[in-house]
Amino acid sequence: MTDATSQGGSRPNARPTTSLTAVGSRTKKRNASEKRFRAYGLAAIGTGLFFLVVLLSAIVSNGSSAFMQTFIEVPVYLDPAKLDKNGNRDPEDIAKVSTFGYSPLIQNAVFEQVQDKGIATEYDDAGDMKALISASAAAQLRDRVIANPDLIGETVDFQILASSRVDGYLKGRVSRDSITQDKNIDAGHLDLVDALREDGTVHKSFNFAFITGADASESRPEQAGLGVSMLGSFFMMLVVLFLALPIGVAASIYLEEFAPQNKFTDFIEVNISNLAAVPSIVFGILGLAAFIQFAHLPQSAPLVGGLTLTLMTLPTIVISTRASLKAVPPSIRDAALGVGASKMQSVFHHVLPLAMPGILTGTIIGLAQALGETAPLLLIGMVGYIATNYPDGVISGFLSPNSAMPAQIYEWAKRADPAYYERAWGGIIILLVFLLVMNVIAIILRRKFERRW
Amino acid sequence: MPVLWLFLIVLALAAMGFIAGRMRVTTAGGVRPHSLPNYYGWNVAMKVMAPALLALVVWLLVQPILVDRQVTAGLGENAVPEGSTLGLVMSDVRRVADGLDTAVGRGLITSGDADAMSAADSNVRSLLGEAGVALGSDVSPEVLEAAQRYRAMNATGDFWRTAVVLVLAIAGLAWGIAQSHGSFRARNSVETGIRMILLAAASIAILTTIGIVLSLVGNTWHFFQIYPASKFFGSFTWSPSFGGGSELGIWPLLWGTLYISIIALIVAVPIGLFAAVYLSEYAGPRMRAWAKPLLEVLAGIPTIVYGLFALLTVGPILLTVFGRDGLGWMQAGTAVMTAGLVMGIMLIPFVSSLSDDIINAVPQSLRDGSYGLGATQSETIKQVILPAALPGIVGAVLLAASRAIGETMIVVFGAGAAARLSLNPFDAMTTVTAKIVSQLTGDADFASPEALVAFALGMTLFIITLGLNVFALYIVRKYREQYE
Repeated sequence: MTDATSQGGSRPNARPTTSLTAVGSRTKKRNASEKRFRAYGLAAIGTGLFFLVVLLSAIVSNGSSAFMQTFIEVPVYLDPAKLDKNGNRDPEDIAKVSTFGYSPLIQNAVFEQVQDKGIATEYDDAGDMKALISASAAAQLRDRVIANPDLIGETVDFQILASSRVDGYLKGRVSRDSITQDKNIDAGHLDLVDALREDGTVHKSFNFAFITGADASESRPEQAGLGVSMLGSFFMMLVVLFLALPIGVAASIYLEEFAPQNKFTDFIEVNISNLAAVPSIVFGILGLAAFIQFAHLPQSAPLVGGLTLTLMTLPTIVISTRASLKAVPPSIRDAALGVGASKMQSVFHHVLPLAMPGILTGTIIGLAQALGETAPLLLIGMVGYIATNYPDGVISGFLSPNSAMPAQIYEWAKRADPAYYERAWGGIIILLVFLLVMNVIAIILRRKFERRW
Repeated sequence: MPVLWLFLIVLALAAMGFIAGRMRVTTAGGVRPHSLPNYYGWNVAMKVMAPALLALVVWLLVQPILVDRQVTAGLGENAVPEGSTLGLVMSDVRRVADGLDTAVGRGLITSGDADAMSAADSNVRSLLGEAGVALGSDVSPEVLEAAQRYRAMNATGDFWRTAVVLVLAIAGLAWGIAQSHGSFRARNSVETGIRMILLAAASIAILTTIGIVLSLVGNTWHFFQIYPASKFFGSFTWSPSFGGGSELGIWPLLWGTLYISIIALIVAVPIGLFAAVYLSEYAGPRMRAWAKPLLEVLAGIPTIVYGLFALLTVGPILLTVFGRDGLGWMQAGTAVMTAGLVMGIMLIPFVSSLSDDIINAVPQSLRDGSYGLGATQSETIKQVILPAALPGIVGAVLLAASRAIGETMIVVFGAGAAARLSLNPFDAMTTVTAKIVSQLTGDADFASPEALVAFALGMTLFIITLGLNVFALYIVRKYREQYE
């Protein structure tokens, strides 16, 4: 105190004498810089959130249209002369008629509808209607007839899948300008679609086939669905769950409760923390070399994908499990040991049940991570072909080639037809919904069962 | 005997052992046994299963390798035709052997016929065709002979496998039951067993690392045998051609990887750092409660989503600004800028939550000291907290860099496919990870340098990311010791 006064006394005119309540110029500067700094921080958070909003709105605006699909609703006359030449409704004979037998029926049906409604059009042949109709509509009609041969000879109302160009026109992806070079469809067809849309023959409705259906060939984006690859992902997640959870929990229990302090334990710990940071594509290389090259497991099988993702998810699960084991207070262990339990009993009867909510939360988050992972799946061959078949059973679900949700999205995004981009965005919405649900379950588990000691 | 049956028999023996061991103790009477009855049951079951199943697994892994090696050694020089490789011939041998198995299984031929068959007097190809195994060409006598040898060896191997596993299981059963009397410390024995299982589970991390290293080193070694390492590390051109004569220099890929990562870090580090500073120093608890989780949503979104976002949203937007209609710097939507920008967005929460932890770890006393001297909050942050947190922040940035280098999907979609050394951030370039994907998902023969180069690239990637991680953890750990 004496120093300060003596210093102040020796330099009485060091500062201009102003009131303490008035803000000096230096203070103003410092306050301004304080404000600027705060603004930078806010701006950074704002930018981050802005990116999030842009990302999510890009996903929703591009992808939501995949859930609607254009259909042409017309009565189709199932001509017995074409579909059942012998007239005895023998299922084998009916099955012999290929989709080429059905296509003209559908085209005729659409053409008649156009003429019945009195729509003026430049087209005078039923074959010209081909541009409006999906190539897979004939197969769908055929499946329906084979399932129920009595329909032959009758006129049934049938929802014909419209071609992807028509679908794109209704969704605004295809316009009269964009089809000038297009061999598949002409401007006249679009006029026709406008007219048919006004009287309700052509309409959009919810696209269940996108959620449950199989992938389609490159030229039929209107038929492609995510169902089969969803099953592939499901089987992969089963493998991950049933391998990564027990192995991860066992490893964590060892490291947290039993491991002696020695070089070997340190080595395990270093390995786990490094594996957590190894790029996922390296796990893909491991899966390729170990499971396919070395063990000769089938390529593209969900089992191989699951094994690869298990190795990738293990570090995540071990880290979170160890954290929840650590959170159980030592008094619980001491009490168990005090009443005569062995170390093993204290862990398995008391510590592990108490840590279970935390372990499950960590596992679900690990699974969510594995569900969205794509890069390793590319290397073990889960792309590059068309996953059109549902697995026949549980064993083929694990072993027969399949895709997975992210791999299917990758596959669609790689295809040339822009109609597949819409599918890819739509697939992302489904994938994100799954991830959201898993994370919400994890949060609820944590909120509900978390105990503070 | 099929493996599944063998496995089920061992399980059944174990179940029998469990019941027998438990019964022997509970019905013995007299002194109270040392452990609870179930422990005696588990003790027997463990002794049945552990050695038998371990032997089964080892056998399953080792037998194919040994048989392959023996058959390959017996093939002789002239078995490999012009323009083919030993690997292709061996896969033929395996297919023929499997086909013969199928044929025997379907009753098309007897097992003895299959062993005695010769390529000269029977049409093996059509027979296998009937069995549902399509072959590309006729079966040469050497291949057929090798296939027969392969079958014979496998049959012998299978027989001994069954015998050894069953003998081990039964011996374990006998041993376990003999032990089951009241004075035996069954609990200790079972707990030792469980401990072993736990240790084995923990060792899987080591096995995974070893697996990664082996699969990378082995195939990289193959690659460097057919393609000189000096060209791989010395050439500045990357032009794989699947017909041969490709030039596979790593530098354009490393440059692309580095360039994209730098742009990503330029985006992510300032935003992430300022966000972390604001959240930990200025924001009230309510803002923290919603802004932090929202930012972290960005980290939970799968990378394929970012890839698509780069390809279909960011690329076109950048193209309208910098493309031919705008500034004319950009040729296509896929470019270093596109990938770097999107990767930066992905890394924001990574940087911010790591830095957040580190800033929060700076003791309050440092802040209080600074405020006591009259510093404003921002001066405290700039001159006290950030310097104190700097090693940790550097560590976080290094971890983010390692993430950026290893990132795959964003660059596969966003960066383009052309490998070039250019300084223009609006050029398309490609990265190590993107090329690993394209070299291994193409139709290349697996033994060609064009496919094997992916393993050399993977090795490079693994070493770089591992080095960055170890370095980052070293820095972070060193820093932590100062305050604890």
